[in-house]
Amino acid sequence: MARPLINVPPKAKRGQTIEIKTLISHIMETGFRHDNVGKPIPRNIITSFSCRYNGAEIFSADLHPAIAANPFLSFFTVATESGTFEFEWTGDNGFHEAASAKITVE
Amino acid sequence: MEKDATRRDVLVGGLAGLGAGLSAVLIKVEPAAATPATMQRAIRQVVGEAPVRKGKVTIDVPALVENGNTVALAIEVDSPMTEQDHVKAIHVFNEKNPLPNVISARLSPHAGRARIATRFRLADTQTIVAIAELSDGSFWSASADVIVTLQACLESLD
Repeated sequence: MARPLINVPPKAKRGQTIEIKTLISHIMETGFRHDNVGKPIPRNIITSFSCRYNGAEIFSADLHPAIAANPFLSFFTVATESGTFEFEWTGDNGFHEAASAKITVE
Repeated sequence: MEKDATRRDVLVGGLAGLGAGLSAVLIKVEPAAATPATMQRAIRQVVGEAPVRKGKVTIDVPALVENGNTVALAIEVDSPMTEQDHVKAIHVFNEKNPLPNVISARLSPHAGRARIATRFRLADTQTIVAIAELSDGSFWSASADVIVTLQACLESLD
């Protein structure tokens, strides 16, 4: 099962730009490979990712089969207030995974 | 692999007359490798008719890759990231993977820094193109050449 890893600094100064890193275990099967009897392996990828900071979306991405297995994403945001980052991944075959991380802004 | 290419060629031929309205369908039956032309089409689907200028964008990717299955990629855009002047989106395209798109990321004006990083696959030695969409509606791009020794995407499972 997919287990997300989130890296958000637990504390930040108000107005500081922080880096958020996420990693989730997923095969990201491209749909272009064949098994040993020549049968195509159906596509199974994560198609979208989003991050919300206290309810407001601050980053989202559409992923394509060219993204490597176990998708890693990093991006930045300005720490404005203490609260929660919520992360969401959705994909083929009804894939859905969510995670969250807290930050204290001083 | 050869058999598949032929099947796709037939499908592409059959669908060639159906026009741009069916581009979503056409993407599915492209030949097994994107070409510079299919990459250009994918770019046009994102930017429309707008001109794409060189500059502002930096691609951080190794010039020589041993294993195309996972390649570190970072895109940084030179932008003050204010409400009036910020990067709205970063799109990455490739020439020779089965599909031309890699990632489309949408940033917020509060990002502080217009930089994203991920890991992607490369099926062949090729050129990567990154395009930034700014809040004033302009598009800026950069490209990078990557040499790949072990290809991703198309290998069979043994």
